[in-house]
Amino acid sequence: MSIPADLKYTSDHEWIRLDGDVATVGITAFAADALGDVVYVDLPQAGSAIASGDPCGEVESTKSVSDLYAPVTGEVAEVNAEVVDDPSLVNAEPFARGWLFRVKVEGDLGELLDADAYAAVVESA
Amino acid sequence: MSRQTALSGIHQASGATFTDFAGWQMPLRYGSELAEHHAVRNAAGLFDLSHMGEIEVVGPQAAALLDHALVGQISAVAVTKAKYTMICQEDGGILDDLIVYRLEDDRYMVVANASNAEVVLDALRERSAGFDAEVQDRRDDWALVAIQGPQASAILADLTDADLPALKYYAILETKVAGRPARLARTGYTGEDGFEVFCDPADAPAIWEALADAGRERGLIPAGLACRDSLRLEAAMPLYGNELSTATTPYAAGLGRVVKLDKPGGFVGRDALAAVADQPVERVRVGLRPEGRRAPRHGYAVIDPTSGDTVGEITSGAPSPTLGHPIAMAYVDLALAEPGTRLEVDVRGTRVAAEVVPLPFYSRSR
Repeated sequence: MSIPADLKYTSDHEWIRLDGDVATVGITAFAADALGDVVYVDLPQAGSAIASGDPCGEVESTKSVSDLYAPVTGEVAEVNAEVVDDPSLVNAEPFARGWLFRVKVEGDLGELLDADAYAAVVESA
Repeated sequence: MSRQTALSGIHQASGATFTDFAGWQMPLRYGSELAEHHAVRNAAGLFDLSHMGEIEVVGPQAAALLDHALVGQISAVAVTKAKYTMICQEDGGILDDLIVYRLEDDRYMVVANASNAEVVLDALRERSAGFDAEVQDRRDDWALVAIQGPQASAILADLTDADLPALKYYAILETKVAGRPARLARTGYTGEDGFEVFCDPADAPAIWEALADAGRERGLIPAGLACRDSLRLEAAMPLYGNELSTATTPYAAGLGRVVKLDKPGGFVGRDALAAVADQPVERVRVGLRPEGRRAPRHGYAVIDPTSGDTVGEITSGAPSPTLGHPIAMAYVDLALAEPGTRLEVDVRGTRVAAEVVPLPFYSRSR
């Protein structure tokens, strides 16, 4: 199971790529595989404020639905329209074209996991 | 540690994702459950259903025992035919839904849900007192492979001498499949044409591989329990634990037709069911078409938008792969059960409008 070393992670199986003060957020390959074929993503509105740890959307497969949690605090800068149109990108390319939204981070990043720490989370799942 | 079927090794080699179901380790999906769903609708899917519970009822009074123990008139089922029926408690609550195959005059095979097989066995044994018939636990003697979909018949025809056109829906015959002895039934749980192959667990891998090979060019792929659930939901087939339970009677489930109140000799649950047969049920099973993309799931509240009152509960719901929008089954108050009625569902904290629609959501063109 792929866990890119250059990303940060949460224990809710989301990944974060930081470019300056903008965080790109997605769900991990492990999460996408556990959900099965993703058929719908419900994402926060661009411009809305989200707070680290709060539910901010959903990822849904035929079999189940999983909440998205804001991994950081800030303002939603952009939503991936391509993944809204074609949610199967979450399964096909979870760390690339399957990204979900971007956040302009306010304040501290908070506690995020590095790849090794996230691999340990997956191991124990 | 959950039980493995005779096909577990094949599933593992195919890269299946497994799930624990009723004490069995069963394939959930092999790759994409959406692809598996579409394969069954458009070509064919191959299922391992070896967790299902086979029970045989044998003896001169086998028919009389089943008439007494089940809600249907099982004595009227012709040899080589099958019937969808239920076993109820004294109070009319549903213990399980079953398919009963009449193999011989005095031999029946009862197929129970894996999760209820023990309960059904116990009930049949208890109810067999005084009848000259024996209830046999045959679960370990049979594996079950299902091939479902519009290509199922053509694929199977390559592997059996059985007269498939003559094998009608809800019929069974003894034959060979891929050279191995099998009971071949034209039954299923997908809303498509298809067959269920009961065989010796030792023969299951050979039969599975033969069907997989014969079907490959016609689009057959192995299919797991995930798509089995979305397929049966589209076809509005009830699932025990969702639509059916001891708290529900066949009438509330919209399946009163399976109850034969006037069969001779009565049956377990008859008095309770007779008392409610002509009464309007409080809540009845309906189909819902929710607006938007978010699917209601099992247990969500159904709300009357006018009063704001909770008037029902979702029993099954999912985004329908075939239809491309969410669908759900629910029990709702009888007064709000007419198709066209506007309701709401509390979908994880947000109210979503939903319209009552006729069932099934999907039926195949014949």
